[in-house]
Amino acid sequence: MPASLVSNNSLLAIDVGAANTRAAFFDVVEDQYRFVASGVAPSTAEAPYKDVSEGARNAVLSLQGVLKKTLLDPTSRGIIAPSQPDGSGVDAVVVTVSAGPAARALIVGLLKDVSLESARRLTESTYARVLDALYLGDPRKPEDRIDDILRLRPEIVVFAGGTDGGAAHSIRSLLESLEVACYVMPEEKRPAVLFAGNENLKEEIEARISGLASDFHFSANIRPSLEEESLEPAEYDLAQMLVAIRKRNLRGLDALNLWAGGNTLPTAYATGRMARFFSGLYGGGKGLLSVDLGASSATIAAGFPEQTVLKVYPQFGLGESLSELLRHTSVDDILRWSAYDIPPAMITDYLHQKALYPSAIAATMEDFAISQAVAKQALYLAMQAAQKDFPKDAAYIRPDLAPQFDPIIAAGAALSDAAQPGRSLLMLLDAAQPVGISSVILDQNNLLPMLGAAAMQNSVLPVQVLESSAFLSVGTVISPVVKAKYGAPILKAKLIYENGAEANVNLKYGSLETLPLANGETAKLSLSVSRGADVGFGAGRGVKNLSISGGALGVVFDGRGRPLALPSDAVRRRELIKKWTWTLGGE
Amino acid sequence: MLAPVHHIAGFTTVVRERLLPTAGEVTARNGQKVGASDVVAEARWARKHALLDVARDLNVSPEKADDLIQCKVGDKVSANAEIAIGRGLFAQTVRAPKDGRVVAVGNGQVLLEIEQAKMELRAGLPGTIIQTIPQRGVIIQASGGLTQALWGNGRIDSGLMVNLMEGADSVLSAERVDVSMRGSVMLGGMIKNADVLQALAELPARGLIASSIHPSALAKAREMRYPIIATDGVGSLPMNSAAYKLLSTNIRREVAVNAEAYDRYTGARPEAFIALPITNEPPISNDTAEFAPEAQVRLRRPPHMGKIGVIVAVKTGLTTLPSGLRAPAAEVKLENDETVIIPLVNMEVVG
Repeated sequence: MPASLVSNNSLLAIDVGAANTRAAFFDVVEDQYRFVASGVAPSTAEAPYKDVSEGARNAVLSLQGVLKKTLLDPTSRGIIAPSQPDGSGVDAVVVTVSAGPAARALIVGLLKDVSLESARRLTESTYARVLDALYLGDPRKPEDRIDDILRLRPEIVVFAGGTDGGAAHSIRSLLESLEVACYVMPEEKRPAVLFAGNENLKEEIEARISGLASDFHFSANIRPSLEEESLEPAEYDLAQMLVAIRKRNLRGLDALNLWAGGNTLPTAYATGRMARFFSGLYGGGKGLLSVDLGASSATIAAGFPEQTVLKVYPQFGLGESLSELLRHTSVDDILRWSAYDIPPAMITDYLHQKALYPSAIAATMEDFAISQAVAKQALYLAMQAAQKDFPKDAAYIRPDLAPQFDPIIAAGAALSDAAQPGRSLLMLLDAAQPVGISSVILDQNNLLPMLGAAAMQNSVLPVQVLESSAFLSVGTVISPVVKAKYGAPILKAKLIYENGAEANVNLKYGSLETLPLANGETAKLSLSVSRGADVGFGAGRGVKNLSISGGALGVVFDGRGRPLALPSDAVRRRELIKKWTWTLGGE
Repeated sequence: MLAPVHHIAGFTTVVRERLLPTAGEVTARNGQKVGASDVVAEARWARKHALLDVARDLNVSPEKADDLIQCKVGDKVSANAEIAIGRGLFAQTVRAPKDGRVVAVGNGQVLLEIEQAKMELRAGLPGTIIQTIPQRGVIIQASGGLTQALWGNGRIDSGLMVNLMEGADSVLSAERVDVSMRGSVMLGGMIKNADVLQALAELPARGLIASSIHPSALAKAREMRYPIIATDGVGSLPMNSAAYKLLSTNIRREVAVNAEAYDRYTGARPEAFIALPITNEPPISNDTAEFAPEAQVRLRRPPHMGKIGVIVAVKTGLTTLPSGLRAPAAEVKLENDETVIIPLVNMEVVG
């Protein structure tokens, strides 16, 4: 089993999703790591297969077909590792997993607005749903808390609270309910417990809880003081706990983990790792945003200079949780994104039916329009939820809007269809509503989490692959923050190409415009904006000769204002959506 | 490509694992013949506890309180029984608030289990127990007609099947229900509102096999004490022709309706099973298949959702669909002889 990638060349990354399992092959080409090819197959976590390794093998077989190279040993059905003189095999394997139901979580903290909030934010960094919370001031009687824990049967307990060296009595009192509930539970139903509170209590907590938990982790205090929050070390521990739960629940994951030499990570955590890594490399003063809209969840990973925010929302995934989406939104809010006049009943039917068959795809234009509207609203909700936890010192143009991000990386089947980059971009512009100047990249092969898992061992590979053509650059998006009358001029742009040619845009409020700038090309962009409009340089201030990169759609100017206000008149709204879609190259 | 299988079979043998969610007692024995409603295993678990803080009530340290506690783990106690007695002239006593069982003692506290929940696991279909799994459940084998469904309200029962459908696209209304149907399992069509569910409850009915249930009626359907299954899911969908043919040709037969919720991970699905007299057991249905020519399939997304067809050919490579998406697909001949292109992920093999 390979232990290090540094001294090896090729890498096989396997991502086990709720709907699909992907296998991607990376190798050294002309002294640079490159993404070579990928294969995909339906995931097999569910009945009747109930073995994720089957889907992984099928994905690898599909990859083999593209590579014309043998990776699977036909006898043992395992991966051939390391690579062999005859060209077969691979030097290293990494695995990421998002398949499986969201883990049921209980959070425990001392103060409702302090450590309990930190516990919630930590729990939202993985595939879990918070079902209950214990905190000081919880009005329930101790026995009622115990009964509620027993009824909910949490799989994960995230326990935070207490400053290091601070008062221990309150923590002991909360611990008691958990301890008793775990004691009463059947052994096979006991939860995994992560304690990330007062570090001085480590030994006592471990002595009291570790024997009563299916898995016990002690992490650095996520709230070492009232003012300070530090989630990252605990996020890794929580990720490990989730993999342990998945290994128990998903047959075949053990075998994949063995192929990977133990290098299995939750997909979201691996994505977050890359957001952190790349924001350090490319982010500048702005943040880096990765959005992944998949069947199991919507994952938002935002890397800022001082902090990374990782949010996983199973409730906004496009799979089995769709039947519950209307708990978080309305049919009207979904329909507002559609260019077609769709009866509301079709939306409710779609949500229930798609929840039954998450891997099914839209075959007709009408079904596709519904799926796009639903996906857009799910992503919009995820972004709105994540925004609450973005750092206050991020690069905001206005505090009630998203901070400035550059680049923005989009993944997930609904978002990253390379055949229709205009549709993907419009979904991103509508749902994420970026502000200022951002380059937008589509991760059409869902490589980002795979690179995040690979980065555990080889920090060179992700950088070299990201700088290759493995990702599709959509282009640079200019989104001024402005309020104006529809049709009022808000921005003038001049683009000077490398060959000296010039193109101009006179952007009016409410419209989308594009200028061509091919992938791999750069140009100098000068902007002058109307009074009150802000593209990140201050209200009314433009920029001269800013170097920007091209992409599939070149340079896109989004003059629709922030927050995006769609016309309330349905007919006019649908006309505008059609026009915007057409502007971005869609039908 | 691997294909999921949706079981609709006129005569087949099924093997079903019926397991408790937690350890309990298996009440059926190997070789026993069971009916759908027969209890095969049961489990009890504590639903409500009382935590007695002896140390606080007697105003002593937890260590001291432990010495004063009179009961031990496993003891059954009656309401008002002495749990701990203080010392001194005016000693206080801590008493059990209700009948219960001691489940934990320590740190100056006593935890009593004062209410239990009991779960009875029913067979779900008439058949023979072919294996018992200690403390967990049984495996049952049965032969007969089977149709799986996509939605169920979690109940189990059986009865003679009465047909309230005039065709696969019938809508069931409360006016169709009358007292002569009491104790029967109804073969209904689309359920568009909750009134008909209430009318069936008032009979009472022993079950409802619907083609689909409108989302607005789901909450009511979950409340009903009789089993309800929807063969084609949630919405306004006619019954797929294979299920309709099977069910409508077995009217007045005993049908078991196991409306357990669809669980994609365990494979549990709501289903209706028709017990048939047999001389030779038919083969056990496969749970997996391959998409291949001649395979009968059920289509699961628009524009032909719920239709039954036969694969003519599996296309090589990726096919561009009217939606613009590209996916592996097959040519499928529908029952009206129309041939359509369907992405493989939008089909399941009927078998």
